[in-house]
Amino acid sequence: MAKITLSKLRHSYYPNPSTPEDYALKEIDLDWQDGGAYALLGPSGCGKSTLLNIISGLLMPSEGAVLFDDKDVTALPPDKRNIAQVFQFPVIYDTMTAFDNLAFPLRNRGVDEASVTKRVNEIAQMLELTDMLHNRAAGLSPDNKQKISMGRGLVREDVNVVMFDEPLTVIDPHLKWKLRSKLKELHQKVRATMIYVTHDQTEALTFADQVVVMQDGEIVQTGTPVELFERPAHTFVGHFIGSPGMNVLPCEVRDGGAFLNGTNIALEGDIKCQPGGLTEIGIRPEFVTFGDTGLQAVVRKVSDIGRHNVVEAMAGDLKIRAIVESQPPEKGAAVHLNFQQDQTRLYRDGWVVLSEGGQNT
Amino acid sequence: MKTQNQKAWLFVLPVLLLVAFNALIPIMTVVNYSVQETFGNNLFFWEGMGWFEKLLHSDRFYSALGRQFFFTGMILAIEVPLGIIIALSMPKQGFWVPVCLVTMALPMLIPWNVVGAMWNIFTLPDIGLLGYFMNHVLGVSYDMTQNPTAAWATIIVMDVWHWTSLVVLLSYAGLVSIPDAYYQAAKIDGASNWAVFRFIQIPKMKNVLTIAILLRFMDSFNIYTEPFVLTGGGPGNSTTLLSIDLVKIALGQFDLGPAAAMSLIYFAITLLVSWVFYTLMMKDD
Amino acid sequence: MKKRYFIPLIYILFLMLPIYWLVSMSFKTTGEILSGFSLFPQEWTFQNYRVIFTDPTWYWGYINSISYVTLNSAISIAVALPAAYAFSRYRFLGDKQLFFWLLTNRMAPAAVFALPFFQLYSAVGLFDTHLGVALAHTLFNVPLAVWILEGFMRGVPKELDETAYVDGYSFPRFFVKIFLPNIKAGVGVAAFFCFMFSWVELLLAKTLTAVQAKPIAAIMTKTASSAGYELGLLAAAGTLTIIPGAIVIYFVRNYIAKGFAMGRV
Repeated sequence: MAKITLSKLRHSYYPNPSTPEDYALKEIDLDWQDGGAYALLGPSGCGKSTLLNIISGLLMPSEGAVLFDDKDVTALPPDKRNIAQVFQFPVIYDTMTAFDNLAFPLRNRGVDEASVTKRVNEIAQMLELTDMLHNRAAGLSPDNKQKISMGRGLVREDVNVVMFDEPLTVIDPHLKWKLRSKLKELHQKVRATMIYVTHDQTEALTFADQVVVMQDGEIVQTGTPVELFERPAHTFVGHFIGSPGMNVLPCEVRDGGAFLNGTNIALEGDIKCQPGGLTEIGIRPEFVTFGDTGLQAVVRKVSDIGRHNVVEAMAGDLKIRAIVESQPPEKGAAVHLNFQQDQTRLYRDGWVVLSEGGQNT
Repeated sequence: MKTQNQKAWLFVLPVLLLVAFNALIPIMTVVNYSVQETFGNNLFFWEGMGWFEKLLHSDRFYSALGRQFFFTGMILAIEVPLGIIIALSMPKQGFWVPVCLVTMALPMLIPWNVVGAMWNIFTLPDIGLLGYFMNHVLGVSYDMTQNPTAAWATIIVMDVWHWTSLVVLLSYAGLVSIPDAYYQAAKIDGASNWAVFRFIQIPKMKNVLTIAILLRFMDSFNIYTEPFVLTGGGPGNSTTLLSIDLVKIALGQFDLGPAAAMSLIYFAITLLVSWVFYTLMMKDD
Repeated sequence: MKKRYFIPLIYILFLMLPIYWLVSMSFKTTGEILSGFSLFPQEWTFQNYRVIFTDPTWYWGYINSISYVTLNSAISIAVALPAAYAFSRYRFLGDKQLFFWLLTNRMAPAAVFALPFFQLYSAVGLFDTHLGVALAHTLFNVPLAVWILEGFMRGVPKELDETAYVDGYSFPRFFVKIFLPNIKAGVGVAAFFCFMFSWVELLLAKTLTAVQAKPIAAIMTKTASSAGYELGLLAAAGTLTIIPGAIVIYFVRNYIAKGFAMGRV
């Protein structure tokens, strides 16, 4: 197990990258603590799989270094890095039994047969595979196959990090949550560093202690699930996480205040940035309420999504969503919207303007 | 799941009629001949199982059959491993892939008698490229019209030239269809090249290899035109394969009865071996 | 260059040698060929090709071959399509047996069928016609086409059919407008194999023709024996028979590897 450091990592699939667009990864710096559970979250094509393959050594970065426990491993091949990876589709050796599959990484490293048997049985127990150990792996169901691929990762005790590349893609929905909680449980048992790549926010937020959100080859924010939810550093994170995502409303900044349709909106702090650029107000639907005064809007749609209602209101041509626990207003009703002040943030060119700390102004 | 639908027979009907016309009627004719004796002029006499009995006691038949099996055995023993090795060492992507595929497939698209004629020209002792090279550069006496060993070597090398590409193309197709993740997982698991071959590539190629071996078996067992054009079955009878002998009897001597009986036994052997092989290969699934 | 690339390189070289020899021979004069060994043609001549392109028995051979091969590919694909669809979508009485029986026809030695074919096709008046040879070649091409197409069709999800019916497509329209475009690679691969096996086969084609439909390959053997040992002419004719195959394979080059892998071949 190890601490993982990515230092000034850049990668391009082109031989001679010139513009930033040529890079699949643009300057990544990261520190991952030993034994943590991390998630890499982002839409398809954001570079998360590229990053994963660089950590596992399947891909050589164009620039920068990968360090395990401060030791540079950038040039080492995958089998020398002591890592394990679980792929999107279950990768199993068809002709072998489940047992031989699990034993394969150990046998390749010359571990004696007694230890192999002991360790494989341990892991099989953990993954609830004991009954099928002597079946041919090819005949198993997809979720059991995927468990075997996970087991091959966990079977080596000296493994530095276990990486999961969207491991639940081919698993039936009703088995997904089972496997997910199994994974969480495993992490607590073996305490290996685990990196989980996904585009599904639920998977990321339930699995990880720390989530890294990526977009277009860049890290936009790193934080705990709560931080990502409460304080998105970028409108993209606000959009991507939460259901429905954060309301992002283009606003006008003047006279030290922010205005939507001419109505002054109270922000969490003072505006300290220079005017100019694209300014937007970000407010999560959870913190939008209805009142007697405030931004005027007309309710366009009310959807009952179980525990609460999502109200969609139009203020001029701005669409604002609100989550309402109590009785929602009727469709077509004229309402006044209020934004909870300490959750109302200003974004400039996508990035949050930190009016309290002021570093980002 | 497929649905049960007897109307599907309507879809199959054209194929059925065509194949029935092409296969059933001629096979009936052959069966009919095989139990009769003819002296020409459309006079036929009942012969019963006589031809079959004679055939099964004839040395000529067994030696031709033996040569046929030897030929097929050699072909499979050389072309299958060679084809796999070539497929394994081909590039997986890029400009050279279509170049390789097109040039490799070329021999398969040459009419079979042209293949025979081409190799004939190629191996002529004094004026063929190979013949000249063997006789005058290496100093090995090489003339396949005189020397049975040279004749055998030539028909085998010719078939390797002609058909190894089929094994290559099929194996290659099997190889490129293996997702990268398998190779990556194997790397991470610390598998050796041999283990990758044994546990990933071979199992994933199994289906296409079964097809390749079956096709190579059937076609090499039925081969006629190329060796006939090249050696004419000679020198002597040394390269007279079963098919060559059959055509000699049927069209050359017009001995329809024995030829028909031989055809049926020939066909039966092909069917039997193919079936046994297919069942063995598919047993695991 | 990686070291292992030497293996395919040497193999391709080995494949090209006899072909080179054939082509080089076709540009030599008979005198040069018989006078001894020469690696390259010493005096280039197009005389051999001129003979072929001016003598109707020669160039008609090409036209005949191409006619029946094309006809055969069209017939084979046309009858194989519905059959393959049935095998890939439905279960019906005797389906497995039928499929295996079809395949057994691929195993029949052509030598076995030569004589009965001659009698059969003479009896129905198809002897020495393009259609006759095309039909005879369906014996081994139809099973193959069904086999390849069935593999491709199996890869198309059944939901496609169902969605089309829900959308109100009739079966023929669905088949032509929606289903066929989905398996176009398969049709290409199947047509390629039909072309290939029909083009290269000689025994049946020769047995079933006399004058009108005689294939180029058969004319070659006849001319070679009747006109003495005209190696140059033979080589030129041989060279010309390689060309149609080379053209066809160039067009399907991108489908070959994929086609093999996708079909249940």
